[in-house]
Amino acid sequence: MGNVIGIGAAPKRKEDQRFLTGRGNYVSDIKRPGMTAGVFVRSPHGHAVIRGIDKTAALAAPGVIAVLSGEDVAADGLGSLPCGWGISDAQGVPMKEPPFPMLAQGKARFVGDMVAFVVAETAEQANSAAELLNVDYEVLPSVVGVLEAVRPGAPQLFDDVPNNICCDWELGDKAAVETAFRKAAHVARLSLVNNRLIGNPMEPRAAIAEYEPGTDRHTLWSTSQFPHVVRFLMGALVLNIPQHKLRVVAPDVGGGFGVKQFHYGEEAVITWAARRVMRPVKWVASRSEGYVSDRHGRDHVTEAELALDEHGKFLAFRVKTLANMGGYLSTFGPNIPTNLYGPLLGGVYTTPAIYCNVKVVFTNTVPVDAYRGAGRPEATFVLERIVDVAATEMGIDRVELRRRNMIPKEAYPYQTPVLVQYDSGDPIGCLDGALVAADVKNFGVRKAASARKGKFRGLGYSTYVEACGLAPSRFAGRLGARGGLYESATVRVHPTGQVTVMIGTHNHGQGHETTFAQIVSDKLGVAFENIDIVFGDTDRVQFGMGTYGSRSLVVGGAALSKATDKVIVKGKKIAAHLLEASEMDIQFEAGKFSVAGTDRTKTFEEIAGAAYVPHDYPLEVLEPGLEEQAYYDPVNFTYPGGCHIAEVEVDPETGTVTLVNYTAVDDVGTVINPMIVEGQLHGGIVQGVGQALYENAVYDEGSGQLLSGSLMDYCMPRADHLPMMTVATHSTLCTHTPMGVKGCGEVGTIGSPAAVINAVVDALSHLGVTHVDMPATPNRIWRLLQNASLPVAAE
Amino acid sequence: MKSFAYHQPGGIPEAAKLLSSVAESKLVAGGMTLIPTLKQRLAQPEALIDLSSLADLRGISDDGATITIGAMTPHAQVAASELVRGKIPALAALASMIGDPAVRNRGTIGGSVANNDPAADYPAGTLGLGATIVTNAREIAADAFFLGLFETALEAGEIITGIRFPVPLKAGYAKFKAPASRYALVGVFVAQLPAGVRVAVTGAGAGVFRVPPMEAALSNNFDASAIAAIKIDADGLTSDIHAEADYRAHLVTVMAKRAVGAALG
Repeated sequence: MGNVIGIGAAPKRKEDQRFLTGRGNYVSDIKRPGMTAGVFVRSPHGHAVIRGIDKTAALAAPGVIAVLSGEDVAADGLGSLPCGWGISDAQGVPMKEPPFPMLAQGKARFVGDMVAFVVAETAEQANSAAELLNVDYEVLPSVVGVLEAVRPGAPQLFDDVPNNICCDWELGDKAAVETAFRKAAHVARLSLVNNRLIGNPMEPRAAIAEYEPGTDRHTLWSTSQFPHVVRFLMGALVLNIPQHKLRVVAPDVGGGFGVKQFHYGEEAVITWAARRVMRPVKWVASRSEGYVSDRHGRDHVTEAELALDEHGKFLAFRVKTLANMGGYLSTFGPNIPTNLYGPLLGGVYTTPAIYCNVKVVFTNTVPVDAYRGAGRPEATFVLERIVDVAATEMGIDRVELRRRNMIPKEAYPYQTPVLVQYDSGDPIGCLDGALVAADVKNFGVRKAASARKGKFRGLGYSTYVEACGLAPSRFAGRLGARGGLYESATVRVHPTGQVTVMIGTHNHGQGHETTFAQIVSDKLGVAFENIDIVFGDTDRVQFGMGTYGSRSLVVGGAALSKATDKVIVKGKKIAAHLLEASEMDIQFEAGKFSVAGTDRTKTFEEIAGAAYVPHDYPLEVLEPGLEEQAYYDPVNFTYPGGCHIAEVEVDPETGTVTLVNYTAVDDVGTVINPMIVEGQLHGGIVQGVGQALYENAVYDEGSGQLLSGSLMDYCMPRADHLPMMTVATHSTLCTHTPMGVKGCGEVGTIGSPAAVINAVVDALSHLGVTHVDMPATPNRIWRLLQNASLPVAAE
Repeated sequence: MKSFAYHQPGGIPEAAKLLSSVAESKLVAGGMTLIPTLKQRLAQPEALIDLSSLADLRGISDDGATITIGAMTPHAQVAASELVRGKIPALAALASMIGDPAVRNRGTIGGSVANNDPAADYPAGTLGLGATIVTNAREIAADAFFLGLFETALEAGEIITGIRFPVPLKAGYAKFKAPASRYALVGVFVAQLPAGVRVAVTGAGAGVFRVPPMEAALSNNFDASAIAAIKIDADGLTSDIHAEADYRAHLVTVMAKRAVGAALG
C-alpha cells in the first residue's frame, strides 16, 4: 500500500520516471505500418505571387507518392484555417479576416508559408523531390515591421485589407482619460518596442496521420497542447470530417509555451494527404523549419502616457500599440494583443481611467500568436516601465511611487476601469516580502563593490498582476471568443479502488500527472501511486480545451475537484446502502466512509468493489459503477501577481549585462505542489529574462528573410546566463476557484522582463539613460553609452 | 541529408589518394561544421573520407621550442593537456572556450583550421602564435595560410596532418562570445615571442587578421595600457544582427587589452 500524498506536498514527479529513463512516447517515436514521409515546400520569399507550380520533375523522382498544392486543396473544397476569436473596432465593425489556406493559394505571404506537400517512401526521397518542385514565383516587396506596414504606399498583403490593418481596436473611456490628462501635474511618456520572440520548445512540431477505410476513421497524432480543439477546428471547419470519425492524439509533448496551442495547417494537410494516399504519413519539423513556421510571439510598438497628480497619484493611463499579426490570423492571434493586453493595463494600481488603442497589423512574417504570458507580459512591460519613468521624472522613489498607487488588500474585490475585476490580492504584501528577500537595504553596498570593479549595478522592480485561468466562457464570449473555455474531468474508480482520471488539459512539462494525482489522493484518500492521469487522446478523454493561459490547474483542476466530489457523493450512497444507514448520516474522511457517531465504516476500496458487484442494490435509486464526470466553467479569471526584483551588473567596456540576483515573491493562491510551482517560476522567469536580455526574432525589411533563423543566431537564455534565484510565495486565496488556486504557469514570464530592464536602466541612469529596448544586448548597451547624455566614468 | 559514399582510409596516403580520385569527395574530421551542413543539404558531396581512424593524426608532442598538435586531436584533449597547459596555457585556454563539451570532444584542431570559419578560435591562436601548418605535402606558415572567408592555402588533395606551435614567452587569448552561437564575436590572441609580439583577431572580419600597430606598441611595452588608445578602423569589419562594425572595432581593443592582461596574469 502506498501513501496518500496530498495538497501541499512535494513528491517527485510521476512522469519523470519515464522521461528520465528514455521511455517517453513522442510523436516522432511513433511508427505505423506502411508509413510514408511528408515534406513541406515552403516559400523562400516573404511576399510573392505564385504564378504556377510544375510538379512534373518532383512526381517523377524516386519514391514519390504524391505532390499536393493549393490547387488540390481548392479542388477538394476544403476550408481555411479558422481563427478562434473575432474582435471588432470601436464602431463594432468586425476585424478583417482574410482566408488562411492550409497550402498557399495564389500568393505566399511569409518566408515559410506552405506552398506544397511532397509524400514519398522516405524522408530523404521527399526532400530530394521537394528540391525538384518548380514553383514560379513573382517576388513582391515585403513589409515586416508594423510601423512600415501601416504607412501609405506600403506593400499590401491582401487586396481587401487597406493599410494592412486587420482591426483598429480600443478599450476604455477615452474621454475620461483626456479629461484626466488635462488636469495632470505631470505626464510621463514612453515609446517602446516589445521584441518579437520564437518559442523554441525542446521538441519540434511533428504529426502523423492515418486513415482506416474499414471504419472510415482518421487518426492524427500531433504535438498539440489541445487535441480536442484541433479535432473540432480541423474536422468541423477545415476538412469536413465528422467528429466521431476523427481521433486526435497528442501523446508526450516536449514543451509548448503556446507554440503548440494552435491548429496548424500542417495538421490538416497531413490528415488530408493520408486519406488521399491511403497510407499513414509522418512529418517531423526540423528546428530550422520551426523557426519559419512555429507561431511567433509579442512584436509590439507602443506609445504610452501616464498622467499623475502632484503627489504622484496615477490619474490616467493612455496606450497606443501597433501589434504585428504576421501574414495571417492564427488560432488566437487577434485576441492576444487586445483582450489579453488592454485589460491588464490597470496593473496593481488604482488608476481610475485607462484608454488603450491597438492597431492589429498584417505583415510578411510568420503569424504571431500566444507565447507564454501572451499579451500580459507586453502590458506589464509598458506599465512597469512607465512607472519607473514617472518616478525618475518626478523625483519620487520608485518603490514609494508604486506603494502610493497600489490597491490595498482591503479594497479587493477591485473593479478596474478595463473590464476585469480582481477577486483577491495583496500587492503591498508581495512588495514588502520581496524587499526583504532581495536584501534591498544593502543594495548600496553591493553597488559600491561593483563600482570598484568598474561595473555599474542596478536594481529593478516589477510589481504586477496577470489574468489567467482562461477563461470564463460568458466573459470570453462577449470579447469575441468563438468557443467555450471550460474544462472537463472524469474520475473513474476501478473495482479494486485504483483511480484513472481523464482530463481535457494536456501535460507537456507542467507536471500535471503529479499535481492532479495529489488532488485526487488528498480528496479520496487513495494512494498517490494508485492514481493515473490520462490526457491527450480524443478517444480516451471526453472533451477538453487543453493547456494554455495558466488554465490547467485553475480550470481543469476545478473540474477534477468537482468530479471527485461527485465520486464522494456516490460513494456515500453506496455506503449508506451497505451500512444500512441514511445517506445523510454517512461521513467520508481519510479514505473511509462511516456512519456518524458509530464505528461502522467501509473503506474506499470496499465501496469501489461493491459499486461493481451490485447483487442487492436498490437499482431504482442507485446505479452500479463508480465513475463521475464534471465540467467546470470559471466565473472569473484568476489574478496571480507579485513583486519581482532583478539586480544586474553592466560592464561599460563591452556593454554586457549580467543578471546577478533575482527575487520573486508571488501570489499564486493555494499551492498544490511547491516543488512544481518553484519550477514553473524558475522556467517562467528565465523566459522573461530571455526576452529582456537575449532573444530577438529579426526580419530583413524588404526581402522578409528571417535573419535570426537558427539557434546560432537566436539567443536562448542558458544556465550560465542566470544566477540562483530566490523564489517565494505570498498567497491570498482565490475566492472563486474550488481550491483557492490562481495558476502559476505564466507569472514568471509576465513579471520578469520589466524587472530586468528596469534594473538595466537603473544601472545606467547616472548617465542620463531613461530607457533601453529589449533585448538589452551588449551592442545596444554600448551604443547607448556612446550616445549617453552624461559622460561614462573613466575606465 | 542526401546519401553519400563513405570511406575510412587506413593511412594518410590512402586518404590523399581517395581525395584526389573520388569525385565530389570531402574530408570529414570532427564534422562539427560539415555534418550540420550536410543535414541542411547545403553541401551534397558524393563521398566522405573519414579521418577519424588515422591514429597518426591524433596526439600532442613536445619538440622543445615547439609543440605539435595532430590534426585530429579534439579540442578537449588540447584543453586538458598538461603539456599545452604548461608551455602554452593560452592555447589550452582557447581550446577550452570552443563551443560546448560535445563540440570540444568531437571537433578537431585540423578541422577548425582547415575550415577557417571567420569566427573560429583556432585561427586566432594559430596566426597569433605564428604557427606552422603541416600537411601531407609541405609546411605552410600561418601568415600564408589563412586567405579570407573559409579560404585557405590548402590545395586539392592536401591534408593537414598537424599544427606546430612555437612556445611563446607569454600569450593570452580573450574572447567575447557571440551570445547565441558562442563563436567569437571578437577574439584576440596576443603572443610575445622571441621574434616579437603578434596580435591576431578573429570574429571581427571576413577572416583572422593581425593588428600591426598593436604589435608595435606591445613590442615596446607589453602592457594593456600600451594599446588602450589604439582604435581599429571599422571599415571592412563585419556588421550583422549581433554586432555592428564599429562595436566590433571597439571590442578588438577591449579584448586585446584583456588578452594582454591574461598573458601577464
